[in-house]
Parts: sequence; C-alpha cells; structure tokens
Amino acid sequence: MSAVAQPVAARPRSRAAGRALTRARRELLTIYALLGFAYLLLPVAVVVLFSFNHPKGRFNYTWQGFTWSNWTNWDAVPGLKPALELSLEIAAIASLAATALGTLIALALVRYRFRGRAVTNVLIFLPMSSPEIVLGASLLTLFLSFSFFTLGFWTIVIAHVMFCISYVVVTVKARLIGFDRHLEEAAMDLGANEWVTFARVTLPLIAPAILAALLLCFALSIDDFVITNFVAGQEVTFPLFVWGAARAAVPPQINVVGSAIFAVAVGVMLANVLVQMRRARKGAA
Amino acid sequence: MGLLHRHKWLVPYFLLLPGLAWLALFFLVPLGYLGHQSLETQNPIDLSYAFKWAWSNYREAITGFDPQLFRSLEYGAIATVIALLVSYPLAYWIAFRGGRWKNVLLLFIVGPFFVTYLIRTLAWETILADDGPVVHGLRYLHLLSIFGSNDRLLATPTAVVAGITYNFLPFMALPLYVSLEQIDGRLIEAAQDLYASRVKAFWRVTLPLSMPGMVAGTLLTFIPAVGDFINAQLLGRPGQYMIGNVINSRFNELQDYGAAAAMSFVLMAAILIMIGVYARAIGTEKLTG
Repeated sequence: MSAVAQPVAARPRSRAAGRALTRARRELLTIYALLGFAYLLLPVAVVVLFSFNHPKGRFNYTWQGFTWSNWTNWDAVPGLKPALELSLEIAAIASLAATALGTLIALALVRYRFRGRAVTNVLIFLPMSSPEIVLGASLLTLFLSFSFFTLGFWTIVIAHVMFCISYVVVTVKARLIGFDRHLEEAAMDLGANEWVTFARVTLPLIAPAILAALLLCFALSIDDFVITNFVAGQEVTFPLFVWGAARAAVPPQINVVGSAIFAVAVGVMLANVLVQMRRARKGAA
Repeated sequence: MGLLHRHKWLVPYFLLLPGLAWLALFFLVPLGYLGHQSLETQNPIDLSYAFKWAWSNYREAITGFDPQLFRSLEYGAIATVIALLVSYPLAYWIAFRGGRWKNVLLLFIVGPFFVTYLIRTLAWETILADDGPVVHGLRYLHLLSIFGSNDRLLATPTAVVAGITYNFLPFMALPLYVSLEQIDGRLIEAAQDLYASRVKAFWRVTLPLSMPGMVAGTLLTFIPAVGDFINAQLLGRPGQYMIGNVINSRFNELQDYGAAAAMSFVLMAAILIMIGVYARAIGTEKLTG
C-alpha cells in the first residue's frame, strides 16, 4: 500500500522542484544569451569607442581622451578616401552583376526540372566551401597566364562577382521555395503571358529576397580582403588600406569608416526587418 | 523568344548560362591553372616557369610546412567546437524565446560582421592587449599562465583561436538558428506528453532535429577557419602561423608560385580528408541531406 502511496505523495514536491529547476534553467539560458550578445558586440563597441579616441602616438590601442575630430576630419588620412570610394564603386558593380546572375540561377533551380541539376548545385556549393586563399591564389594564376587581364579594377570586380553568386542563389532560392505558385497560375488564367506574369507577380514577390541578396553581396564585397589582396595589382581598396595601415600606423579614421559602414548596414537591415514585421502584422490582422 | 517557345526545355539552360559560365570561367578554370602551376618549376636565372610534372613542389609543401598545416587543422577544429558551444544556446534562445523579435535579435549575430573583418580583428588586438582588461582579469584569477604565455595573451595560440572563433561565428550560428527555428514545437510537447523530461526531450527530439544546422554550420566554420591567415598574422607571431600565412607570403611576397600552388592543393586535400572523417563519424546521409 505504501509502495503505491509514496509516489503520489512525492509527486507535488518533485513537480514544484521541477518547476523551480525549469525556471532557473530558463533564466540561465537568458543570462547566457545576454552574455553571448555582449561577447558579439564587444569588438563593435571597441571600434566605435576608439573612433572617438585622441591618440598620441601612431597607434590607436590605448584610450587617450575624447574627440570629435576623427569624425569631422575622417578624410584627413592620405589614401583613405580614394580607397573607400574604390571599394564602394566595386561593391556597387559586383553586387548588381552577381545578384542578376544568381537570381537567374535560383529561378532555374526552383522552377524547372532539367538534366544537370546536381552538377549545378555542386558548382554553386563549391565556391562557398573553398578557402578564400585558394580562390584568390587560383584566380591570380589565371590572370597571370593571360596578358588579356591586367590586375586592377576589373580583376577585382570579376573575383567579387564570382564569390557572391553562390550567396545570391542560396538567398533567392530560399524565398522561391516558399512561394505560392497558384498566384502565377491565377495571373496566367486571367490572360497574362509568361513575361507579364513574371514582371507583375513573380518579381514583386521575390523582390525582398533579391534586395537582401544585393545587400549581402555589397557587404561581402566591401569587406573582402583575402581574395582582393591577390588580384588587386596596384589598386587599394578599403580593406587593403586597413591592412597597410595595420603594419605601419592605425589612424582612428579607420575606426570612423568602420563604424560608419557598420551603422549603415545595420540601419538598412533593421529597417528591412521592421518593415517586414509591420507587413506580417497587417497580414495577420 | 521564338526558339524558347518551340523548345521549352531550353529555358532553364538560358537562365543558368550566364551565372554558371562565370563560375566555370573564374572558379573551375582557375583551379585547373593552379593545378598546372603546382607542377611547374622556376628557372633560377630568368625566373620563368616551365611545366615539368614537378611533384617535388608537393614534397616540399608537405615536408617543409607540416607544422603549419597541422596547426591550421588544430586551430580550425578547436575554433569550430567553441563556436558550436557558444552559438547553440544563443541560436536556441532566439529561435524558441525570441517571439516576434526573432529577426531583430538575429541582427545582433549578423550585425558585428558588417564591421570590416580586419577592423574587428584589430579590435580584438585592443581587447587582448598586454595592459587590457582581459589580461588583467585572467591575471587576477591566476589563469593567465594557462591561457597565455610570458604574461601576455597576444602572440599566443589562445589569441589566434579566439580571433578565429569570433570571426567565423555567424557561419555557425545562422545555419543552427535556421534548423532550430524550423522545429515544430508540437513535437517537443508530444515528447513531454509521453513523459520525457525536458532534458530527455532536448536530447531525443530537439538535438537530432537540429542536426542539419550543426552539420552545415560545422563545415561552413571549419573550412574558412583552416584557410585563415589574418588572425594568426594580426593576433599571433610566426610561432602560430598557419598554412594560409605560408601560402599568402609565398604568393604575394616571395612570388614562389609553384610551391604555393602545391600548398593550396595540400590544404584542400587536408580539408577534404577531415570532412571525410567527419562524414564517416556522423553518416554521409546527414552530411548531404
């Protein structure tokens, strides 16, 4: 009898203990997550903070005092402004080209059954899973083998388009897979031909994914050092400028530009997320 | 257009053509050229290259630089494991507790990576600096001699691995988040209804279902981590240099292309072998699925 009664009696206690344990674990996980976010943001905070530093020597490693002058005179460092302009120009061209090429591949992969799908998927996956140093080294050997290529602006663009395409395919494909094809069928039933359907129905629906891919490419391009270092020739992009500076002297203006790129990128992404959230809420209401 | 109307099966190929041609021309063909280069020898007098099936380049790459190669694999593996341990709870918390703020919270993971790679690595140099707070904290806890050496953190393996871990973390966290977010919460409820404890439900339901994310994240973190040389260069000293440092300096400073090309292939082969071992351990289906 007691053998049966015991678990029944023990049950509320263990349930209460379990609840307390669950609660503690819940809090623990939240604390852990907050610590994780702090860890992720710590270097960003350092970059932003040191953009306001007033360094005495050539190096910007220890805090010396607050100043606005790095921000107001951000282009006072010789070579910084042209490097940034070059990076922006390359990023604009490369991200547009890669997004166009990648979107077409994504459309083919999701919409059509064809021979060679597997090969295509492998070819998309491989550049993403090769070390950057190998991509850079192999491109350099190609460019050096043909006098047609002179290392510089266009070889950088070629390289950036190459490593961006795969990311575009993955991003746009994800959106196309979750896409309601009945919408296109409805347009066709109402007399629209394939081109009109694509322009008026498909394109607007996948536009957010295309925009996300474009931004991703822009960010990847403006950030790339390893591959660019191989194929740049005499050109100096912003990351190459930082690399050169890291060996000699790191002016705080580099932190200013880094902080500004970060602020713009996060601002755009935040706006995108908030717009999507509002849309989703409206859709639900 | 008339052609496409008559032959509908051609449409996907027209869509694929420009992008795949680009990848073939500027990814596959260059790899072929790199392979060719790796078997060339340099004439010491006029510095020209000639193709001579020079397998000695490979011998040099393997025997001359095996410490850097094994160090790369070691650092890459450690960084991947730490990145998994750090980002799993983080991704889990966002996926299951994020509510409608999930996408905003994801920005905390993605956002830092829009600070230029080199700049955020330089920021770690500031954080781990000799008189910095981390060094002081570890010294206070009497842990500095374990993690650092010579009373400092910079120019130690700890600093390099920490830099690699941080720099490639989103490649781990994002696939993990995607696979955790897709898990149907009702499956976990069902496990608990069937008297699984929360811990058991996690081990038997959540963890296996998040496996695709763990596999993708592990590969996407490990591969760039092994090939990296920025962290070793900025946070380490030559004693911590990785195979990437050797390849980069051979190509861009010494212009010793034959050996550098051979080393690139040795690196790729080493990565493929590691992935092969990993695939055997977890099963190939999980790797490709």
